[in-house]
Amino acid sequence: MYDFDVVKPATVAEAITALGQDEAQPLSGGQTLIPTLKARLAMPSVLVSLSGIEEMRGVRMGDDGQLCVGGGTVHAVVAKEAQAHYPGLAGLAARIGDPAVRNRGTIGGSVANNDPSACYPAAVLGSGATVVTNAREIAADDFFEGMFATALDEGEIVTEVRFPIPEKAHYEKFIQPASRFPLVAVFVAKFADGVRVAVTGASEEGVFRWSEAENALSGTFNVEALSGLSLPGDSMISDLHGSGDFRAHLVAVMTKRAVGALV
Amino acid sequence: MPKDGGIGASSKRREDIRFLTGEGNYTDDINLHGQAHVFFLRSDIAHGVLNSVDTSAADGMPGVVKIFTGADFTEVGSIPCGWQITDKHGEPMQEPRHPVLADGKVRHVGEPIAAVVAETLSQARDAAEAIVVDITDLPAVVDMKQAVQDGAPKVHDDLTSNLCYDWGFVEENKGAVDKAFEDAAHVTTLELVNNRLVANPMEPRVAVGDYARGTGDHTLYTTSQNPHVIRLLMGAFVLGIPEHKLRVVAPDVGGGFGTKIFHYQEEAFCTFAAKACNRPVKWTSSRSEAFMSDAHGRDHVTKIQMALDADNNFTALRTDTYANMGAYLSTFAPSVPTWLHGTLMAGNYKTPLIYVNVKAVFTNTVPVDAYRGAGRPEATYQLERLVDKCAHELGVDPIALRRQNFITEFPYATPVAVEYDTGDYVATMDKLEEIADFAGFDARRRDSEAKGKLRGFGVNCYIEACGIAPSNLVGQLGARAGLYESATVRVNATGGLVVMTGSHSHGQGHETAFPQVIAEMIGIPEEMIEIVHGDTANTPMGMGTYGSRSLAVGGSAMVRATEKIIAKAKKIASHLLEASEGDIELKDGAFSVAGTDKSVAWGDVTLAAYVPHNYPLEDIEPGLEETAFYDPSNFTYPSGAYACEVELDPETGHVTIDRFAAADDFGNIVNPMIVSGQVHGGIAQGIGQALMENCAYDSDGQLLSASYMDYAMPRASDLPFYTVDHSCQTPCTHNPLGVKGCGEAGAIGSPPAVVNAVLDAMRSGGKDVGHIDMPVTPARVWAAMNG
Repeated sequence: MYDFDVVKPATVAEAITALGQDEAQPLSGGQTLIPTLKARLAMPSVLVSLSGIEEMRGVRMGDDGQLCVGGGTVHAVVAKEAQAHYPGLAGLAARIGDPAVRNRGTIGGSVANNDPSACYPAAVLGSGATVVTNAREIAADDFFEGMFATALDEGEIVTEVRFPIPEKAHYEKFIQPASRFPLVAVFVAKFADGVRVAVTGASEEGVFRWSEAENALSGTFNVEALSGLSLPGDSMISDLHGSGDFRAHLVAVMTKRAVGALV
Repeated sequence: MPKDGGIGASSKRREDIRFLTGEGNYTDDINLHGQAHVFFLRSDIAHGVLNSVDTSAADGMPGVVKIFTGADFTEVGSIPCGWQITDKHGEPMQEPRHPVLADGKVRHVGEPIAAVVAETLSQARDAAEAIVVDITDLPAVVDMKQAVQDGAPKVHDDLTSNLCYDWGFVEENKGAVDKAFEDAAHVTTLELVNNRLVANPMEPRVAVGDYARGTGDHTLYTTSQNPHVIRLLMGAFVLGIPEHKLRVVAPDVGGGFGTKIFHYQEEAFCTFAAKACNRPVKWTSSRSEAFMSDAHGRDHVTKIQMALDADNNFTALRTDTYANMGAYLSTFAPSVPTWLHGTLMAGNYKTPLIYVNVKAVFTNTVPVDAYRGAGRPEATYQLERLVDKCAHELGVDPIALRRQNFITEFPYATPVAVEYDTGDYVATMDKLEEIADFAGFDARRRDSEAKGKLRGFGVNCYIEACGIAPSNLVGQLGARAGLYESATVRVNATGGLVVMTGSHSHGQGHETAFPQVIAEMIGIPEEMIEIVHGDTANTPMGMGTYGSRSLAVGGSAMVRATEKIIAKAKKIASHLLEASEGDIELKDGAFSVAGTDKSVAWGDVTLAAYVPHNYPLEDIEPGLEETAFYDPSNFTYPSGAYACEVELDPETGHVTIDRFAAADDFGNIVNPMIVSGQVHGGIAQGIGQALMENCAYDSDGQLLSASYMDYAMPRASDLPFYTVDHSCQTPCTHNPLGVKGCGEAGAIGSPPAVVNAVLDAMRSGGKDVGHIDMPVTPARVWAAMNG
């Protein structure tokens, strides 16, 4: 990696000030950024570590009944502490990467990076969560803007993610055997007023909602409601591990399995 | 009762104490006073004319000691190839120059173009980024069949084509083989790919060069399976350093799997640069560099055909294989698809007529060479897939067809030049049927189907050849090296032994297993014996460890040296006991006079050898140290039968290995626990090849699977608990231990069983696709089932 400075602010305010420096970059769990730096694919002047900011850590129930996860909370903590409140989310967090990743990687880092194959964006979008930053609140539907692109401005950081808690939710993942990221994964959440289906790993545009499946499932929540539904393969990622058609097929299979796990 | 020591005991691996407690001494642990670090600037273009390498902006950068380019190596030899193949017309193979740093052209992604030696690795890398390289892109050749067409771009302009050799074996048989196909009652044809693999030892390659200006002595510390071979190849052919001025040390090595046999440019560079810079020079490969600079494995494209008579007897076999050499000839690359592959094509069967054609092809890819099994997995895979396909075309049981055609009498001279000394293929198949629970399969299939899954069952046999030899024969076959092994047994005055062996241990457990042999011979505890290896300064000339040869060849050298020790010790004992030498017996660590109660302990004899007060100085020299070189008279031929049971998810194409059983015949066994471990590891790599691992290039020669994000290695969760058995033992007849070698069997014997099982599962789901190529990924299974 190239040389850089590291600062470790104790508050969000200090972090934002530090991020005002030229070529500053936030460092959360570092599960993407550190390998990027090692490969010399990024050249920040200063890394602003968010791991010392107490106010960004932890899982708590909000007064409005939403589950609030601090942006700096590692996956292993979510897996443990969200279990009683939102088991669908906890189950997703418990299966991200491996133990090393789960004990370093954070929810804020994951959603801000918006890797098209990351797990968390599916939960955030599938839950209709709110992404809270130092400056504003952004609805999940407005937050994810395509592969590695989000609504975040320069120097803006994810301080919290607020999850409405559905009646039930399940995340079904089919892994890419090398990276163990999802080749395709689907998060299905059933709320009183409807069903949300979010898909990760599949699309060239990153995480997305499968509205056709949502409509069908909002009418009748069972596996049969999905029969005959399919997505076109041509907008899906096609690579060494599977064609676009295969990914499109897996979206339908994973959706059915997620629903099957909930009925 | 299991033994608690000596041959046959499952002694715990003594080397694991240091490995598991972080006390190993790997090459990267070696840091010499004043050492500088090297960073290699590697080509990111597969094929191009190297117009210029401008280092002017980099030369003065902080920490830079010296920057080297191809121009610095014009007086240095080519990285040599250790095996010359003669083609079917009697002509030698085409052999291109292999420069230490690219010269004139770049020929694969990852080829080193320049090397920056600097105070720190980071400074070296900074300076490398300031080097301006001007390359004119040329079209890359990646596909082997396209590479040998007229008008294809040439990887090496000075060669006549991209064809390294066109080998026919046995060329004289070709007419008879073709005639047998004309007369056949049935012919089965199969076209398949043996996928390219990256070896991925846990420890990447490392080299540290050192030079003593006062004496002119060079030292290279390197991650090698065979330090003497590196000393000979690099000293004699590349750098012109006589062996007495060059020491090569391969300390603890974290896995090799073949890819650390070869002499690499980085070793020559660090040795050369240490003198040029007058300070130690160290290189540690990153994992990314390993993907594009370690020799790859496999990469064959084959058409194979079997002719059968009306009674389903195999009458003839012919194959047509394209073998990828990559851009240059790695050390033993030409031998892999030929002598390590063609000679194995009889497999376990008495097919009377065989013809093997191999076209070795240069492409703009990383060089390809031996990887665990080396040629034998390729032979086994195509043959055992073909036999399965025969059985299904004929509507007969695949196991019955195999049994019908088994070789049953030994020794057996195959039509492909080798003679199997021993084996019992019926016994290993019987054992497999027992341990794999064939009888329970139908019930397990019903259980799977009740869950919406398909279950498949596949078997295969294998034969392999280990301990390649003898030297005079391999010399005729084109080897530019001998294939003996050496051992010096040094007995200390107080009775302990040190064995200096040319075999190198990098995971195999030699430090545990070798002492078991000597302990058995002398009748002393294993703890009294220490194994020293890996340093040309204190071990006799040895050929190293590969091809499952260490116990069969290196162990035999050790036995021979120990026999000399015992013979001399008996002379000493006879003097001490005042008895005739012929009456002296060695048992349980004591020499006794036959038929009497007179005896003298091992330690008294060894002490007498070094404190020769009461000693026959007029007849024998003091001391107790002997060396032996052992050159085997034949290969050894381990064999076995493997079974795999898979569960296949028809919706996703995902294959789970549910059960795997291996019945191996390794001849005599020294340490059953270590043997089981070797089989387990080999099967893991075989399953990796069959289901997951795929080294893929795009048509521009860019490596698509250049990291663990895209190159899938098998993990514990991908593998079942194995049932392994090595109770079928037909000892090798021509080495003193009766051992055959077990290191590669798992990797050789497992891929066809896996693929046969997957195809069986697909058939049970109503889809008979005939063949599916490895790796059998979910995407491929799904495409095949929906094709």
